Amino acid sequence: MLNFHGWEMPIQYSGIIDEHINTRTNVSLFDVSHMGRFEVKGLDAYDCLQMLITNDLSKLIDNQALYSPMCDDNGGIIDDLIIYMIKREKFIVVVNASNREKDLEWIVKHSKSATVENISDKIALLALQGPLAQNLLQKAVVDTNLDRLKPFDLVITNIFGNDCMISRTGYTGEDGFELFFDSSKIDIWNKLIQIGSRFNIKPAGLGARDTLRLEAGLMLYGNDINENTTPLEVPLKWTIKFEKKEFIGKKALATQQVNRKLVGFEILEKRIPRHGNEVLIDGQEMGFVTSGSFSPTLKKSIGFCFVPIYVLPNQLIKISIGGKSYSAKVSSSTRFYKRK
Amino acid sequence: MVEDIRFTKEHEWIILKEGGELAVIGISDFAQRQLGDIVSIELPKVGSRFRQMQAIAIIDSVKASSDIYCALTGEVMEINEELLEHPEWINQSPYELGWIVKVKPSDIEEFNNLMTKEQYDKFIGEIEKEKDDDEKIESRR
Repeated sequence: MLNFHGWEMPIQYSGIIDEHINTRTNVSLFDVSHMGRFEVKGLDAYDCLQMLITNDLSKLIDNQALYSPMCDDNGGIIDDLIIYMIKREKFIVVVNASNREKDLEWIVKHSKSATVENISDKIALLALQGPLAQNLLQKAVVDTNLDRLKPFDLVITNIFGNDCMISRTGYTGEDGFELFFDSSKIDIWNKLIQIGSRFNIKPAGLGARDTLRLEAGLMLYGNDINENTTPLEVPLKWTIKFEKKEFIGKKALATQQVNRKLVGFEILEKRIPRHGNEVLIDGQEMGFVTSGSFSPTLKKSIGFCFVPIYVLPNQLIKISIGGKSYSAKVSSSTRFYKRK
Repeated sequence: MVEDIRFTKEHEWIILKEGGELAVIGISDFAQRQLGDIVSIELPKVGSRFRQMQAIAIIDSVKASSDIYCALTGEVMEINEELLEHPEWINQSPYELGWIVKVKPSDIEEFNNLMTKEQYDKFIGEIEKEKDDDEKIESRR
């Protein structure tokens, strides 16, 4: 067990590669209750969140969710969040475990008359991910036709007779769902594993979660993005909606001179890049690796790194690992895996 | 295991063959479990010489990279090149298919000073116990 920001978290159950491949081919169950969850309620809730994020809540209707960075005045990313709009006066915000206190403070500071409650300990959060997730979940959820639940939709329904909020979201690059329910009902985990056996369900841990999101090109806070990173430097440009009248960080982002970018790369030799490894171009240190791992799907060493803005796809760079440098090729995007 | 097997504090195992002319080196079952899925290995060149506990190979698992140390001073006589294609053998068969290098030791006294199986088991027991204690402390938080 790994102590992850005060939570006892299994890194792996049957092994990272096994769990990873099972998520890509069948279905896996992740306990992600370490994530921070806040409930933001009241007449000001919408305006408060709209001011805090770079993405645009006006694109949502009730029962939809949105991914967005939350920036400071300099455009630095305080955190990346998923905001679940139950209605205009009631939201659930899911944040990174490591940022719970910081985010709560920041949101409360900008909440005007909205109430912000930390419900992280009251509500459990499971992620059911993989191509068989819908078929399996439909066995447990009788009141809702999951066919109608499109990506980033959510529904308040029940699972095994317990109240539950289900969203079609995840962090693996697969189809999948996230389940929010009262943390006393954690037996739902066992029941899903039980009825999931005919779908080859397996529990999966933080290790597979990391390799899955890396293949899918998803950013990890603390590794790839932090307060010294703006969304313009990483593949999150699409989340900045400059047409929005106002949001924190807008002015800084609108005028930022971007001189580095986060790209994907593949090491052409058999070493695994790790966070912090230097990127060398013509023998000069020009950037660093933010995330790296073995890709169980591609069977290659892959990663993300910062490089100067002029670096092009397919360009050869070197990654320095343990004092030796290894050839790597810049990818055309950070997304190494796209489901069919 | 019938042979006289010894261990280092860094979790390499060593078995002497050919009347002490050859030392086979690998990593222990405990080590492979800690590392998890092993996905690549860098091996030394045959003929290269290493001092005791110099890094002789590098193993990458999905979780971490680790140096493998030359348990005995000597010259590399043979490397397990099949591991380049099948690094997972170190997980599946750490004491047999997963051997890493064979070294011609120059000082047999070094072998005699390594931990015996019994001493190593006790050593691991201490590590596991410390981990348990750490977890108990963590869970009180």
